[in-house]
Amino acid sequence: MATVPPETRTRGLGSASPEDAPPVSVRGSRRSAGYWLYLIPGFVLITVIVVIPLIWNIYLSFTSYRGIRPPEWIGLENWVELMGDEKFWTSFGNSVALIIAMVVIPTLVGLVLAAMLFDLVGKKFGGKVASFLRATYYLPQILPVVVGAIVIGWILRPDNGALNEILRNIGLGALAHNWLGSPDTALASIMVVMVWIQLGYPVVIFMAALSRVDPELYEAAELDGANWFQRFRSITVSIIRPEIFVVVLTSTIAALKVFGPIYTLTRGGPGDSTIVPSYYSYSEFFQSQQVGYGATIATALTIVIVIVSVFFIKAQNRAEEAEGTR
Amino acid sequence: MSTITKAAAPNETPVKRDAPLKIRKRKTKRTAGDWTILAVAILVGIAIAVPFYLILINSFKSPADYSSGGPLQLPTQLSFDGIINFWNRVNFPEKLLNSIFISLAVSIFAVIVSVLNAYAIGIGRVKGRTWIVVLFLLANVLPQEALLYPLYFMFKSVGLYDNIWSVIIIFTVIQSAFGTYLLSSVYGTFPKEILEAAALDGATRWQMLWRVVVPISRPTLSVLVIFFFIWTWNEFLIPLTFLVSNANQTVPIAIASLQGDRLMDVTTTSASALLGLIPTLVFFLIFQRTLTQGITAGAVK
Repeated sequence: MATVPPETRTRGLGSASPEDAPPVSVRGSRRSAGYWLYLIPGFVLITVIVVIPLIWNIYLSFTSYRGIRPPEWIGLENWVELMGDEKFWTSFGNSVALIIAMVVIPTLVGLVLAAMLFDLVGKKFGGKVASFLRATYYLPQILPVVVGAIVIGWILRPDNGALNEILRNIGLGALAHNWLGSPDTALASIMVVMVWIQLGYPVVIFMAALSRVDPELYEAAELDGANWFQRFRSITVSIIRPEIFVVVLTSTIAALKVFGPIYTLTRGGPGDSTIVPSYYSYSEFFQSQQVGYGATIATALTIVIVIVSVFFIKAQNRAEEAEGTR
Repeated sequence: MSTITKAAAPNETPVKRDAPLKIRKRKTKRTAGDWTILAVAILVGIAIAVPFYLILINSFKSPADYSSGGPLQLPTQLSFDGIINFWNRVNFPEKLLNSIFISLAVSIFAVIVSVLNAYAIGIGRVKGRTWIVVLFLLANVLPQEALLYPLYFMFKSVGLYDNIWSVIIIFTVIQSAFGTYLLSSVYGTFPKEILEAAALDGATRWQMLWRVVVPISRPTLSVLVIFFFIWTWNEFLIPLTFLVSNANQTVPIAIASLQGDRLMDVTTTSASALLGLIPTLVFFLIFQRTLTQGITAGAVK
């Protein structure tokens, strides 16, 4: 079942082009011209479903449009309003919190867990124990995000949720709290949900990457007197760096796009304490009927995501080049 | 271990030669530190699994049982009220069928589109292929909100709003964008001897695709089918926007839309989460091997 060549795995998103392989068709460009025919269905579909709506959405961000009468061109008005919109900046601030919950914590903890499972648990207690634990960590990842959110949301129910019941049963009833319903804990609760959902993803990717590490390197380092942490830092982390890039990039994009858990658990509330850009634009589209302004938020979010992706891919390529010249 | 010593570099020092022996001895000995680390790893596992356990036991309780025994106790007697209640209220089989139909259609169509695109890009090496791949990648990275309103408007004007085909068409494109990216690099390394041999036998390009390229890349294609299926199953924003009437909803939408409902008592809500996670759990168990390999290969979204 070797399904995908390892280079896609290690180079990740940075290698968008299959450029470096030798050309297959050697019979000149006239032959390869006919291959365009095969792109027609894909091109038509992507134009209608992605390109046109994307451009249309950007256009709408320069208009006042309430969904009924045709959009009215207002220039940069929406964008000026957006820059001064406190709710918008709050939503991005919350995105940063989600990046901590979905990227920073899972990547760091995932690295340690993967190394623990691979190096120690796998080798000393058997591969079965390690892969069982890995599957357990991965479990929340297979759920629809919304269902994952509902599972934790159920535990955090205000009056008779499991967490509050347990706190009462062990005599800590004073700590019982409306976790998702009060502004001081709502965002933190969402962050816990996202850590729980996300943690398994880096563990699985990093464990697969670790199998690439030559055990001899470890043995040599061990003989040189390097302790576990030194070996972890200088061998493990540097060898699986491509995977770390992929995990950080894909999870950051996912964190910026979070919608389902917010929609199901808090709808951005209480107040604006858990609002995120995607939910903000959704509510502008379909609740406030401020389509032009919703389109502005969505466009801003797109710009941020594209910048983040380009930045990461550039950084990854630079790191690869540095590796190559060493 | 022996293969490693044999393969060791020629300039190894004599010290290194007897190293494997030492290591082998140490490996079988489990120190207190090892047990501590195992304990930590298991504790993390328990922390992750506890929510599933709570949902499982509380879905089979009656609300009275829940309030008297608390969430941690096993049910005093099995009650299927919550499950039956939720099952009937959302007409669960209908939602299940919608989800299966949408996900299956998307995964098949998206794989076909991906294969056609990747054939032109990876094997046909059409001009400007780098930019084409970037375009498809961009389509995959975009937040769906940036397409949402125009798509809503478009599908409304062609009469496909609140029709499962709208969701099928949209996700065919979004999933095939990822499929094109992945398959193009796979096809870029396709052994050209095979293609040349087929060309010498007089195969047309079309025949070459269906009789040579597709059969050889079938393992990759089946991973894509499974992934597209599960990703589509788990999608939320677009089905939420496009499938407004009850009869068209998918499983995640049906479950999410009942969350705020006053009539959902504590055990019915638990049952709704249980019914939501069972289908994906079943896929996971069926496709576990393919999935764990595919996750690392595709590096996932």
